[in-house]
Amino acid sequence: MTIRVKLFAAMRDLTGDEVVEVELPDGATVGDLRRELGKQLPLARTLLNRSGIAVNHDLVENDRALAAADEVAVIPPVSGG
Amino acid sequence: MFRLTRDAIDFHALTESVRSPHCGAVVLFLGTVRDLTGEQVTVFLDYEAYGPMAEKKLAEIEAAVRKRWPIGEVAMVHRLGRLDVGDVSVAVAVSTPHRGQAFDAARYAIDTLKELVPIWKKENAPNGSGEWVHQSK
Repeated sequence: MTIRVKLFAAMRDLTGDEVVEVELPDGATVGDLRRELGKQLPLARTLLNRSGIAVNHDLVENDRALAAADEVAVIPPVSGG
Repeated sequence: MFRLTRDAIDFHALTESVRSPHCGAVVLFLGTVRDLTGEQVTVFLDYEAYGPMAEKKLAEIEAAVRKRWPIGEVAMVHRLGRLDVGDVSVAVAVSTPHRGQAFDAARYAIDTLKELVPIWKKENAPNGSGEWVHQSK
């Protein structure tokens, strides 16, 4: 399945993309996605490790299984206010 | 009520919007753009949000505030885009029957907003360089 991952703030600036597509086997988890993202986006790896992953607008743990229809985003440490 | 906006925040109107005959206390918190962070001079900020998730988290914060305190009204507005020093970036207004509840609820709302809502700021220095703020808590 293809997962489209939204990128924001420094994550987007480091990679130059607002969305990155990641190819994963069916049943893959957020942990698997993190490993693939790390390979595809070597320049953003340090920030990725400090970031959360949101699925359908909630932060999730690495054991969360993904589906192709999920809305997925990398959430770097936030700084609103 | 909560809102993300690219327009200036009318905090007078926001304060009026939470006033209620049942409430003897109104607390307004404003976050404003500061010119110094440590020794680093900021000329302007850029704020960016992951809109749908930010709105979901703001709705959850509003629900939590209403559950925990006897709220008349609660309003949270965060501004996005370019903001200059002194501009209001965020406003939280709360009304409750008594003042202790209003202070506590407003404090909880702004603290939780800053912790959970996916909004990011980029500090732009006088030399033209800009840096996203991604400090871990």
